[in-house]
Amino acid sequence: MRLFEGLARLDRRWIFAVTGLLVLIPLLWPLNLPLSSSPPVRAYHAAIAAVPDGSHVLVSCDFDPAAKPELEPMARSTLRQLLAKRCKVVVVVLYQGGARLVGQIVREVAAERHAVYGTDIVDLGYKAGNEAVMVLMGQSLPNTFPRDQDGLDVRTLPIMRGVRNYSSFPLLVSLSTGYPGTKEYVQQVQGRFHIPIVAGVTAVTAPTMYPYLQTGQLRGLLGGMAGAAEYERLLDERGPASRGMDAQSLAHVFVALCIVLGNLAQWGRRRGDGA
Amino acid sequence: MKRELPLFVTAAVGLFMILSFFVPHQVVSVPADFLQQSAVIVVAFGIVLGGANLLRLNLQSVVKRQAGWPYRLVLIAGLLATVLIGLIEGRDFQAAGTRSTWIYDEVYSPMSSAMFALLAFFIASAAFRAFRIRTVEAGLLALAAFLVMLGRVPLGNALTAALPEGLRLGPIAEWILRVPQNAANRAILIGAALGVMATGLRVILGIERSYLSGEE
Amino acid sequence: MLSRGAALAVALLGLALAVRPQPALAQGQAIIVPPPVIQPPPSAAHVPPPPAPGAIPAPRPARGLTWKDVPDDAGRALDLAWTLSPDDTLHRPVLQGYYVMRSENPGGPWTLVDSVAAGVSGYRDQSTSLQRNVVYFYRIDAYGPGGVTPQGSITGPAIAVSQWFNHTRWSVLVLTMLFFAFVLFFIQNAQGEGKKPFVRRIPGIDAIEEAIGRATEMGRPVLYVPGVQDIDEMQTVQSLIVLESVAKTTAKYETPLKVPVTYPIPFTIAQEMVRGGYLNAGRPEQYDPDSVQFVSPEQFAYVAAVTGIMLRDRPAAHIFLGAFFAESLLLAETGFATGAIQVAGTANANQLPFFVVACDYTLIGEELFAASAYLSGEPKLVGSLKGADLMKLVILALVLAGCVLETLGRHGLTAWLSTQ
Repeated sequence: MRLFEGLARLDRRWIFAVTGLLVLIPLLWPLNLPLSSSPPVRAYHAAIAAVPDGSHVLVSCDFDPAAKPELEPMARSTLRQLLAKRCKVVVVVLYQGGARLVGQIVREVAAERHAVYGTDIVDLGYKAGNEAVMVLMGQSLPNTFPRDQDGLDVRTLPIMRGVRNYSSFPLLVSLSTGYPGTKEYVQQVQGRFHIPIVAGVTAVTAPTMYPYLQTGQLRGLLGGMAGAAEYERLLDERGPASRGMDAQSLAHVFVALCIVLGNLAQWGRRRGDGA
Repeated sequence: MKRELPLFVTAAVGLFMILSFFVPHQVVSVPADFLQQSAVIVVAFGIVLGGANLLRLNLQSVVKRQAGWPYRLVLIAGLLATVLIGLIEGRDFQAAGTRSTWIYDEVYSPMSSAMFALLAFFIASAAFRAFRIRTVEAGLLALAAFLVMLGRVPLGNALTAALPEGLRLGPIAEWILRVPQNAANRAILIGAALGVMATGLRVILGIERSYLSGEE
Repeated sequence: MLSRGAALAVALLGLALAVRPQPALAQGQAIIVPPPVIQPPPSAAHVPPPPAPGAIPAPRPARGLTWKDVPDDAGRALDLAWTLSPDDTLHRPVLQGYYVMRSENPGGPWTLVDSVAAGVSGYRDQSTSLQRNVVYFYRIDAYGPGGVTPQGSITGPAIAVSQWFNHTRWSVLVLTMLFFAFVLFFIQNAQGEGKKPFVRRIPGIDAIEEAIGRATEMGRPVLYVPGVQDIDEMQTVQSLIVLESVAKTTAKYETPLKVPVTYPIPFTIAQEMVRGGYLNAGRPEQYDPDSVQFVSPEQFAYVAAVTGIMLRDRPAAHIFLGAFFAESLLLAETGFATGAIQVAGTANANQLPFFVVACDYTLIGEELFAASAYLSGEPKLVGSLKGADLMKLVILALVLAGCVLETLGRHGLTAWLSTQ
């Protein structure tokens, strides 16, 4: 009983310390817990697999460094799957603060897969304007993004040959952390231009995407680091998300334990007060 | 007149923009488009006002040596340094190897990630402190939280791997997200969307005006 | 007496509402954009060179070109369709694609509009060079390694005509008009009766005054956070409307108010709202222009600043109303640690669990939008709530009808509700 009363007075910094350790230890010494895959993740993988080899695919990377642990692994794996199919990947950024990070990812994955910049993949960089930019891309992508991230005229790039608007892409991949992001693509683009969309979002926004998933407005969904890890498994990769899942597993168990301990503490305090 | 003119402009522009949703004709679409693009310019001027306020308040605090003034000094130095470096580097400020990209990679990026990462710690402490199971509903909520938290990570699936597919934590968590969560989410979305429309209508029609101005 | 500032704020609010990105940009509407990509450039004369012996021949032409004006637009697009060339097959490299050619006269001169890949039998011409109400003629040229073969026949005269109504949006118009009618009816009704219609108690809103009262007793400030989005988000607008009432109460109690803001336009409006609140409370001299601070549109910089205010200035009441994202728990948990009484409200459903757990009171979804009506008790405003409730019933009926009809395999209602 005294133990529970003591729990009630527990300094929250102890909880912080345990959380930190539980995240840190599996990152240093991986547990290699077995991964499975959920239906939305399988649908995401299948939608990309169903794109005809060699076709253009638009990837909108709308995230900044804050969401890096969750969305960077998704972006890397997605680009790898697309480049393995010899797809022509056109990357855009509509989220303030994300252009530089996305540029690094594009360059690194392109180098790793021996993809030629400007022919197999292009990074058109950031454009301010949120939904207005999404609508403008539906009219003309080269006019909305006349220059790429490096300032090159997109009309001179071989990859942009024949690219006009959403009708040039059999699939749009939206990787987003907030506004503007997947929700806006569904509302502004999917309904009007009828382009199939798959999405990768942070864990906290994933539940709000389920209505769109159920209606078919999203063809597949990766939710947070768990979604990224399941996707890596489908691609037979053991990437940063898979490694992070050990840490996330322990953290989830600890949070569940915190709920139990918190209630025991409350019970102990009430008993103490009663006595 | 001071009162009527802004309200008239609000109502006229608001109703015109609603009209532009239904009328694609150039008589409506061209001015509507012009108004949309003008917003970007208005916002650009706004940032000057905001920046001036930020500098003034923080400079005042530093001069008056108010509590936490050294932090404010760091803010002012960071703000001015970033703007100045950006101005000096000009259009190519985002090119590889510039000082602006160094600031992005070495300062902005890790600080942003660190702030977001704090969420994990706060979730744990909030779970300990506030998630009280006092009623049946709270108990159901806690049960759902347990199932989803464990079902979304490999450990939960590994623990229930021996059970039939339908009893494993992964599919149960997926069902909770897909069915009850989805239903509640939609209800909140519909209610909030109507709230948005009603508020928009009140402002456009000037019904909120007495409230805004405090006049009857 | 209405202050000039409040009038400015109303105008800014209206402008912000009016210029939100509309989901309604019609295709081809006049947005200033550079000319489209055209590549590769066509050869001067579209006459296939005579094939060398053993070389690949020029492709045979496409046939049956037809045109159609794109409906429901501002007259800036035309649809073309044709039958593929007999040489347009997967295994014969005779044909690589088609050039879409346009002219204002059947006899030319012809201008290249765009090229499309082999296997494509349709094209929407929405290039910026296409003018409404101008007569055009179109021709499709097949091209390949052996040369270019112009189509034998042309199509036209084709004219892109501007439409006065987007017919795919009938359903939205009907439902919008219905909604407006409900709201206006109940407003009129409330005014006529002159008494306040019944609204259920919303503890979260009642708690705002209680929280301010407690801050007054403790001699500490009140912190008001209007969300982290710009004025194009309606939650921010609603939050700024409620801010005036909060400012009025803090003025009445002579309690300092702190309002950190993320974006410049909400910042200027927030200043006006707070000033208006003090004016309405009859204490304009107490208004402190520094009570509203611009911080940063950068999400986590804003969090750092607000948590800094919480820890340094120790406000006794925290009011979070507006659009929130990942920062919700960071703010609310830090706020809890300071011992402040916390009231939150947001329509961002994914952040609600965090606020519910970490705050004393939470306004869920539409309760946020009811706040101004509830606080003022103004019959007109409460009437608008009733209108929204009735509309919710209509939507419920539509959802049920849609479920039944779709189950029976009837898709009419779904098709009517789909918009372009």
